Amino acid sequence: MELRKLDDFAWELPKTGDMRVPGRIFASEDLLRPLLDEARGGQEWNALEQVRNVACLPGIVKASIAMADIHPGYGFPIGGVGAFDVHDGVVAMGGVGFDINCGVRVLATPLSAKEVGPRKEELADRLFGGVPAGLGSEGKLRLSVEGIDDVLVKGARYAVGKGFGVPDDLRFTEEEGCMADADPAAVSVKAKQRQFRQVGTLGSGNHYLEVQEVVEIMDRAAAAAYGIEVGQILVAIHCGSRALGHQIGQDYLQELERASRKYAIPIRERELVCAPIRSPEGQRYLSAVAAGVNCAFANRQVIAHLVREAIAPMFSLAPERIRTLYDVGHNNVKRERHQVDGRERELLVHRKGSTRAFGPGRPENPEPYRAVGHPVFVGGTMGTASYILRGTERGMSEVFGSGIHGAGRALSRSKAKRTWHGDKVLKDLAGKGIEVRAHSARGIAEEAPGAYKDVDLVIQAATGSGLNALVARVVPLVCVKG
Amino acid sequence: MAYEILEHTADVGVRGTGPDLATAFAEAARGMFSLMVALEAVAPMRTMQVDLTADSLEGLLVAWLGELLAQKDIEGLVFSRFCVAVVQGERGWMLRGQAHGEPLDVHRHQPGVEVKAATYYGVRVECTNDHAMVQCVLDL
Repeated sequence: MELRKLDDFAWELPKTGDMRVPGRIFASEDLLRPLLDEARGGQEWNALEQVRNVACLPGIVKASIAMADIHPGYGFPIGGVGAFDVHDGVVAMGGVGFDINCGVRVLATPLSAKEVGPRKEELADRLFGGVPAGLGSEGKLRLSVEGIDDVLVKGARYAVGKGFGVPDDLRFTEEEGCMADADPAAVSVKAKQRQFRQVGTLGSGNHYLEVQEVVEIMDRAAAAAYGIEVGQILVAIHCGSRALGHQIGQDYLQELERASRKYAIPIRERELVCAPIRSPEGQRYLSAVAAGVNCAFANRQVIAHLVREAIAPMFSLAPERIRTLYDVGHNNVKRERHQVDGRERELLVHRKGSTRAFGPGRPENPEPYRAVGHPVFVGGTMGTASYILRGTERGMSEVFGSGIHGAGRALSRSKAKRTWHGDKVLKDLAGKGIEVRAHSARGIAEEAPGAYKDVDLVIQAATGSGLNALVARVVPLVCVKG
Repeated sequence: MAYEILEHTADVGVRGTGPDLATAFAEAARGMFSLMVALEAVAPMRTMQVDLTADSLEGLLVAWLGELLAQKDIEGLVFSRFCVAVVQGERGWMLRGQAHGEPLDVHRHQPGVEVKAATYYGVRVECTNDHAMVQCVLDL
């Protein structure tokens, strides 16, 4: 497998064989090297082969794209972006994955690090006690079958309607917290049953809740639009659609496999099964995904409310003074309008492990952010910095307004467990002034900072390519893991 | 008979082996639950019945592990022992299994990471007269 260098941060996988478009990977040589080694070593599961497979799907437009945090996924690589013509393109399950609309909500508090720092431990305890997380945790919002259907149709609006949050939260949520074309009938009873206890739970693995301090502002205009400044305390919530999304994925893996055969679309790998967008199967899957997206919005909305309940009384704040900075997903498929070769086209854009990053001027952005583009949140690890980026004009024209989403793992979980001990990781983090609370001792070793790639390298590539622009750097004070 | 957790950077794979397919399927399930709980701490107090059919053995494996994940969420149970029969019928492959376990107790079961889904990635089923191996990658 050979890549052609376009510039320091852009590489082309030339169109060969069944590829309908070339592949385009926006990463540095350092980030690409291990991927090339895997591909050349013939490793069965490699991200560059996945870029190639996506390029072979019917109706793909311009290129099969991978962002700087590319690593192997299921069907699409993580960090993969694929846009398809709505008339003759396909919708692919692997372009969304099992955790539909997994994403990040960031809350901006009026508190400063000076106020919060001395009370970090108490704050960590309150968040740990107030937000259900970890294996088997149960949410505080109990639902019936009808209640679940309401969540799937209304998304975050449902939660706000039930008193979990304020209307302004919706204004600063992607899609205003609700995808219009969700259909609960496209979601299996089993998927709904799995979700009964899980609305408003964080989950486990790489999902987290983090109290962060803004330590550096790189883009004053954008920071002013977002209302953030150095020293300010933010709270980041990273989670998705929980078991409902996972079951939608499992169910449609089977349905779309049948559809792929019915419409004679070659299945290059099982997780890349798909259906024509205009087919009944494709439409049904899109309605189910929209329902999953709404479930994730509702989830983060409920958690945001619980975070307010934990923090506000501690600092004698009115809860609504903790405002939603933005809420944006990174496992999605959406109908969007984009300029392609000087012509506006309606496309279905898959983003798997890639955050939407709409730049200046896009009407989808909330009005206060319209001139600068909405915030894009990039999670680091428990011990390192996270970043707030924004979309750019170049990102709009090159990658359909997409951004990176995280650092990506460098070491397997087992290797991490062999390398680090949970207690030692906690001690090291405490030494750096980071309070960690976790529901799983094993999880701490698996999520040790050293198990992830250097987020700074990923940021350097994403911003060096001009696809995303840096706004602010934040560091963790408190981290709650599932 | 045994299970093995397979290394992968982003996620993990699980492999079950045994003298026959039934044992290998049961071991793969143990392997999957070993990521979530300490198996030795989970008592076989309750039993769930699972009946499945699939076009292929690979599909049956993914469906089996997926069904156990669904039951974990719906019933709030975790499992440590499995009893499985796999037969080829007219409509493809059939699995009849029992999963034995109890309600999750975070204080006793040493919770690990939650498995989101069983995937077709790296799925493999091999079977000879006296040895069987099944494996797939799990999304965490």
